[in-house]
Amino acid sequence: MSDIVLPDRLRDVAEPVRRIRTPARLDYVFMAGKATSRFLNAVAEKRLVGQRCPVCRKVYVPPRGVCPTDGVPTEEEIELPHVGTVTSFCVVNVQFYGQVMELPYVSALILLDGTDIPLMHLIQEVPADQVHMGMRVEAVWVPDEELGPTLESIKYFRPNGEPDADYETYKDNV
Amino acid sequence: MAEPELLVAPNVIEYPFSRTTGPMIGAFMTALREGFIVGCTAADGRVIVPPVEYDPDTAEALTEVVEVGDAGVVASWSWVREPLDGHPLDRPFAFALITLDGADVPMLHAVDTGGDVAAMATGMRVRARWADEREGSILDIACFEPEGAR
Repeated sequence: MSDIVLPDRLRDVAEPVRRIRTPARLDYVFMAGKATSRFLNAVAEKRLVGQRCPVCRKVYVPPRGVCPTDGVPTEEEIELPHVGTVTSFCVVNVQFYGQVMELPYVSALILLDGTDIPLMHLIQEVPADQVHMGMRVEAVWVPDEELGPTLESIKYFRPNGEPDADYETYKDNV
Repeated sequence: MAEPELLVAPNVIEYPFSRTTGPMIGAFMTALREGFIVGCTAADGRVIVPPVEYDPDTAEALTEVVEVGDAGVVASWSWVREPLDGHPLDRPFAFALITLDGADVPMLHAVDTGGDVAAMATGMRVRARWADEREGSILDIACFEPEGAR
């Protein structure tokens, strides 16, 4: 940097620019589509629904209306329990822009019982360093009057006290 | 299954990136903040604006920052009929490649002709309209306008 030759007018400038802001912003409208709308409207009623593929029999949640493997509509709707197994997790220790959670917190992939794809949500009511794969967890919902068509209607998942799930039960989802 | 009520929601994703400039773009941004424009001298003697750290032909490190004019000639342009959010002007304008006086390579910026496409022409002379408050950003030049417009 020292070998750069500057014109006179730049030589004595106090605090030369060394950093610039280059923000990127996407402002758009999200259309949930039929399947995810059904899912979110059920969430507003404190229910979790998935959809089963008629070919491979896998149950997807949140449903997208089609099986990504078989390419067929997933029209059979399945009412799901509010309990599942942690298949993977991340302890967040780093502050970032737009963050609302207190540090540290745990974001996890949770395989609801009877489903074949995990859902991402928060794990609370347990120290971050005790969260582990196979941990059995249950959904904690917001008060009924605050329910809405959003996954934020589930405040978080917490350990439900059951023994850890056998690895075989979630090995396809890690 | 019954047709669900389709859900629609506004969504904004925003990344607050910032980046270091390096010595050349740093000099360029500093000059903009001070109200003038600099380029650099390439290995073959051409003056490139904005300045670059390495020669585009030989890849050797470039070190000589030189001042150029804040007026120049439109080398090419494209009319923007409906400006979008984030564009430098909120009325129709031209994005133009402008070869500044003393430079050999054109630089991209906006030209404001008051919304009049007929006032745009390749070869026309334009001059920078400086922003009132400058912070070391390409938008320290609010836009270019036809020379003699004000």
